Amino acid sequence: MSALVELKGLKRYFDTPKGKLHAVDDITMSFEEGQTMGVVGESGCGKSTLARTIIHLQEPTAGQILYKGKDVTYPTKKELPKLREDMQIIFQDPYMTLNPRYTVEDTLKETLTISGQYEKGDLDHQIRRLMDMVGISGRLRMAYPHELSGGRRQRVGIGRALAMNPKFIVCDEPVSALDVSIQAQIINLLMDLQQEFGLTYMFVTHDMSVVHHISHNISVMYLGQLVETSPAKELFRQTLHPYSKALLSAIPSIDIDKPKKRIQLHGELMSPINPKPGCRFAPRCPYATEACRQPQHLEEVLPNHYVACCRVRELNPDLSQETVSAAANQ
Amino acid sequence: MSTDTNATVQGTVQEESVKKQSSFREFLKRLAKNKLALFGGIVFLLICLTAIFAPLIAPYDYQAMDMSNKYLSPSLEHLFGTDQYGRDIFSRVIYGGRWSLTLGVASSIVSTVLGIIVGSIAGYFGGKVDSVIMRFIDILQCIPGILLTICIASVLGTGLFNTVLAMSFGGIWGTARMLRGQILTVRNQEYVEAAKATNVSEARIIMKYVIPNSIQPIIVQACMGIGGTIMGAAGLSFLGLGIQPPMPEWGAMLNDGRSFLRYYPNMLFAPMIFIALTVMSISFFGDGLRDAMDPRLKE
Repeated sequence: MSALVELKGLKRYFDTPKGKLHAVDDITMSFEEGQTMGVVGESGCGKSTLARTIIHLQEPTAGQILYKGKDVTYPTKKELPKLREDMQIIFQDPYMTLNPRYTVEDTLKETLTISGQYEKGDLDHQIRRLMDMVGISGRLRMAYPHELSGGRRQRVGIGRALAMNPKFIVCDEPVSALDVSIQAQIINLLMDLQQEFGLTYMFVTHDMSVVHHISHNISVMYLGQLVETSPAKELFRQTLHPYSKALLSAIPSIDIDKPKKRIQLHGELMSPINPKPGCRFAPRCPYATEACRQPQHLEEVLPNHYVACCRVRELNPDLSQETVSAAANQ
Repeated sequence: MSTDTNATVQGTVQEESVKKQSSFREFLKRLAKNKLALFGGIVFLLICLTAIFAPLIAPYDYQAMDMSNKYLSPSLEHLFGTDQYGRDIFSRVIYGGRWSLTLGVASSIVSTVLGIIVGSIAGYFGGKVDSVIMRFIDILQCIPGILLTICIASVLGTGLFNTVLAMSFGGIWGTARMLRGQILTVRNQEYVEAAKATNVSEARIIMKYVIPNSIQPIIVQACMGIGGTIMGAAGLSFLGLGIQPPMPEWGAMLNDGRSFLRYYPNMLFAPMIFIALTVMSISFFGDGLRDAMDPRLKE
């Protein structure tokens, strides 16, 4: 298995009157072909900015984006359209992202035409194929976005992304604007499409149960930085970073006999403008010490399980044993 | 291959039930459904036609004076009576439409087009360009509109063309400001970002995304502006600046009739009725136009 998209030290800063806003700060990540990388974190932690930077809706401040091993950080005007065909995005609020004056057909047709992959006579057939694929009935072909329900709108949004025949799709909270019942449908649709076309997803969300369901790998972000990344199963089995623990403890449990102990975090996110070096979670972390004021680095604590916390071994005493046994297995 | 053809055939059958319609025909259909808009459109068209075919409709020459028949009341011979020089008021009103409507429509078009250009520039480029343009507009809007118009009219002089320029000048800024605001809103909409992500060209984004979604209030304003301009031109005529007598411009006729209101109200009412009808029909039509352009308002 190889990485389709890789990020190396990706940064996206915004200039504000008060200083530099570190929206995305030094993110290194890789997206394995045909798999889903879930990116979780609370509001304002830079998930969406990261998503938009990867597909070049935002220009990175520093770092590298590699696509199939090729550096595409700053694509030329010629390269960009080709790149966008391969990297698509599904947005959070489908109503906001569909032109209110376009029917379903207009939206799909435009994208199909622009992709240049189909002959004019074939467009009609392709539109029908797309609508079929994402599950919009033919009678809605001439419907405007305001005439569709939320779930259908999102299906149109997915159809538009698929019209380009992409390899990599960034899903920017694609279900958080939808009813729970519709959420499941859309997620299943996304998973089916992944199986059928071998798509690679970056799935941005703040909903831990959704990400558990769909992801192969999960990255936890806090204030523009990666705090933990690991295979999904591994993360849920052994959560290491204090912030990830708090986040995971927020998943509602259906087991009424064993009520989960929620870890409640106090305080607010610190300002992302000119942040001090050191662990950004420290002001809210119950285990913070002096050592946390030093810059933190991702460290492979367990195989494929990276954590950016200097006290991770202290806080998880059983960890050293596991590391030893894992090393012995290898 | 054969299965593929089958699918297409089935698809074509399905297609018929979808009922394809071009968006323009749909737009006309929606416009026709709005009874008030249809009524407004027809009335306005009739007024325009009478002005165009004035020589065929008007029973008298609009300049012909008949001193023996001054101040006549409405009768079959003189539908709206005669004025202080014995000219037939009905003929004058019919001819007057030529100047008044031209003035109203032309000024409205000129000010809307210029307003769209100025507003788009400010909206698209933003930053310093936007600030400079907007401050300039702020300054202009501090001066009362009629004063500005009078200044320009007195510099340029009288005549139809100059009056159109003077009248349209004041209307540019409101339109520009409105469009700029709309463009700023639409430009940051997510669907514009989504279009960029699917390689839609900048030109197409402007034509298909930004303009259709921001032009609506401008169209209504332009329609309303026609009525306002006719009234404004009346003010200019009153000051001796706009269109000069003996041209029977409606505003000028209104001013003429004002002094005889007490004894011969027909002199005032005739142009008034035409102005009122025009303004009313245009605003009905403009409202309908706006509604028909927005698919979201479709029942």
